Amino acid sequence: MSVAPGQQQNPHAGRPLWRRLLGFHFGTGIVLGIGGFYLGWYGGHWIVNGLNPASLGYFGDTGQNDISLFLAYILGVIGFLVGLGFANYPLARLRGYPPSLREKEEHTGIGRFFTLNTDHKVVGMQYFVGIGLFFFIAGLNAMLIRFELLRPEPNVWPAGNYLTLVTEHGTMMMGMMTSGILGPFANYLVPLMIGARRMAFPRIEALTFWLLMAAGVILLSGYFYGGIPTGWTGYQPLNDQANMGMDAYIVFFALVGLSMCLLGLNMLATVITMRAPGMTWTRLPMFVWGVISTAVLMLLAPPVLISVLTMSGFDRTIQTGFFVPAQGGTSYLFENLFWFFGHPEVYILALPGFGIVLELLPVFARKPLWGYRLAVAGFLGVSLLSWMVWQHHIFVSGINSDLRPFYMLSTELISIPTGFTFLCAMGTLWRGQIRYRVPMLFCLGWVFNFLFGGLSGIFLSDVPSDVDSHGSFFSMAHFHYTIMGGLIFAFFAGVYYWLPKMTGFMLNERLGKIHFWMMFVAFNSTFGPLFALGFMGMARRDVTYPSNLQPLNDWVSASAFVLGISMLVFLFNLVYSQLFARVPAGANPWESKSLEFQLPSPVPVHDFDRIPVITGDPYGYGEEGSVVARPSPVPVPAGGGA
Amino acid sequence: MRRLGHFERVIVIWLVVSAIAMTLVAIFLTPILPPGNGGAEASSQRFDNEVLTLVSTLVCALIFVYFGYVLIVFRQRRATDGDGPPIRGHARAQLVWVVTTTVTVLFLAAFGTYELLGGAGGGQGAKPVFKSFSSDQLVSAKDPPLQVQVIAQQWQFTYRYVSNGGFESAQFVLPANRQVELHVTSLDVIHSFWIPSLGVKADANPGFDNIAYLTPTKVGNVRIQCAELCGLFHGYMFDTGRIVSPSAFAAFVKSQSQFVSPVTKYLPSFSGKYLPDPAFRAG
Repeated sequence: MSVAPGQQQNPHAGRPLWRRLLGFHFGTGIVLGIGGFYLGWYGGHWIVNGLNPASLGYFGDTGQNDISLFLAYILGVIGFLVGLGFANYPLARLRGYPPSLREKEEHTGIGRFFTLNTDHKVVGMQYFVGIGLFFFIAGLNAMLIRFELLRPEPNVWPAGNYLTLVTEHGTMMMGMMTSGILGPFANYLVPLMIGARRMAFPRIEALTFWLLMAAGVILLSGYFYGGIPTGWTGYQPLNDQANMGMDAYIVFFALVGLSMCLLGLNMLATVITMRAPGMTWTRLPMFVWGVISTAVLMLLAPPVLISVLTMSGFDRTIQTGFFVPAQGGTSYLFENLFWFFGHPEVYILALPGFGIVLELLPVFARKPLWGYRLAVAGFLGVSLLSWMVWQHHIFVSGINSDLRPFYMLSTELISIPTGFTFLCAMGTLWRGQIRYRVPMLFCLGWVFNFLFGGLSGIFLSDVPSDVDSHGSFFSMAHFHYTIMGGLIFAFFAGVYYWLPKMTGFMLNERLGKIHFWMMFVAFNSTFGPLFALGFMGMARRDVTYPSNLQPLNDWVSASAFVLGISMLVFLFNLVYSQLFARVPAGANPWESKSLEFQLPSPVPVHDFDRIPVITGDPYGYGEEGSVVARPSPVPVPAGGGA
Repeated sequence: MRRLGHFERVIVIWLVVSAIAMTLVAIFLTPILPPGNGGAEASSQRFDNEVLTLVSTLVCALIFVYFGYVLIVFRQRRATDGDGPPIRGHARAQLVWVVTTTVTVLFLAAFGTYELLGGAGGGQGAKPVFKSFSSDQLVSAKDPPLQVQVIAQQWQFTYRYVSNGGFESAQFVLPANRQVELHVTSLDVIHSFWIPSLGVKADANPGFDNIAYLTPTKVGNVRIQCAELCGLFHGYMFDTGRIVSPSAFAAFVKSQSQFVSPVTKYLPSFSGKYLPDPAFRAG
């Protein structure tokens, strides 16, 4: 059987199919996951029915049996992970087997993407497809939302379905896209960029991916359990009131939080401990600095989310009163805890985009990155300041009014380090030799969109202005400009730039340009008018609106549909160029001086033949004879071996 | 006059474009910025938005002019052109940028705080600090703020006219040119009392009294909207309020309180919050 270059012969070749299906993989995971789900469901019923009927027992056979659903989800996820094989290595170690990374070599071919695989490149590709799938599902939800908003009166969806669509769209996007760049790109590229052969914790890396996939399915199941009425913020006490679908939200976000926390941990441990000789902190690529500044937030913020969700879960099941005023609780506790996580969360979304843009601009301007240390200071400054601003989400909630000037100041201050990224982008292009390839177009689109996103953030950070704009479409436009106009444009820049390295085949340039221009124009046409709609008094999450706003809403909806079609253009490009046209990319299609482009495309399983010695940063454009690394004269163990 | 270098050209173009843009914005855009001039708070918020818009115009002009210039002038012209010059930084440019952005940001924060002191702040919690100084000239010594309570529930606002006998009504009517102290609370989940044209927004939290100040100056109808997702019919939780002359307000008070008088005596006494008794969850 033919084997792709760099891949090993499949050790399972020649075994009968039924023996191959009997192992630990995605299929086993599904089976054990479903088994766990029903075990939890009926186990929950058994528990609840056995309790004193005067307290919780009466929930037993109603449609509000949250205890059963929580147990079903939790046991389902555990079954899923056991079926994939995550328990095997811990159990083996408990029984005294030595440490190993056998899973990396065991599978080749398409099947390896459906298993627990410790090859960071495989995990990166798994993330790419998995997150892409959920991105499209959430995007479809957005199309349905805009379809509803074509007319002021209820159109297609009853009020409850509409709110569930809004919640599913927001929650799916916020949960999935936080790992949207770190998952696919950082997992694949960080070891290559720092000169390592693997991440610090390969099995945890695989776990973060499969947790996210299980979480996504759980969130989608919310449709079948009565929907979710709270929006992605899940505010109490509406949370407490909601149907069983709310449990899907809670479990989803808890799993996503866990996945994020572990992903951040892995990134930090890898970059701190596994850099190749000569890779000093001042030679790190900007993308890796973006990953570091994001990973700190990813490590520290989700535990707060998990705790507030656990408290919500207890409120919904065993009738505690954390957030119930009649029992002495308060809704403010939820708001503060949620946004203490929620604000670093949005910088988790934004920072990797900064990293990608500053990484790509030098390549396409053919100049070194301008102001390297300032750019790093900007990233770290954003990371640090993002902990001190969360109350700007709740300015008019009735928080102590003495606090508001402080949070206004701290939020305004964040624009200073963000501005450093803009300055460094500007300086990099000065006197360059700018090449307008598709990744560059997406980076420039990022600059345009993030400008408006950032400036509208200044409006929202100003308390008197926020009084009117909070909870209106102005704030919706702001965060869509920063998240979609920022992160997603940077994501596509990364896709067009790095997918040739990952698969060995270029994406079609002309289709890419059509995709970019369609997406850029449609995006601005969709979200630009939302600023105006917010200023005209249209509130968020409303299934109905004043009828004089209909023409503008229709324009926005039509543009949104074009935006959706532009995504289909990308999908077509992806399928056509990767499966049919298959134009070989070669090792360095962009003439980049970065370390990952000194390797062949696709990257071989073992990454580096020999760990290199780093001699400079990857931005030596225009400098005679500068190379990022040279082969080491003797074999150098890769930061810990294996 | 010698030919200008690239950098000087960019600066000159930026200054010209900014001057034109800011003039156009000041003439055409700022008069229609929200929340409009329906009240004292709304006016100071509108002025705040005006300042922010002008500063944003300046920044936008800089980025557009710079990138427009650079993307046209410094593009690669022939495929055989090599790399650009290895410029890794410029200490003075960085210093100027850092200082300028910091000064701008601090100015905006100070200006926002100043406007906040003028009472433009929406819901301020149970112990409001900043009252409506800017509307002091409208408040005479013998006119304390009119106390009106907004009680939000799923999916309706009820208004309790505390200063006028404590009767409840589904109609929101206020006299013009009088400072009003709104007490916003909820009976079940979080709502938000928002009047876009008067610049007031105060979240209604169950078990909590959120105070906001309001000084309407123009007679007319205003749209009231719930601005915090509160469940199924959140989108239908809106109302039309009326700002009327003081005499019309007195007439309203008289006729409404008489109309609801059989019920008023059964209402609980005024409190910042109303919790169900016995306690039960989510109203």
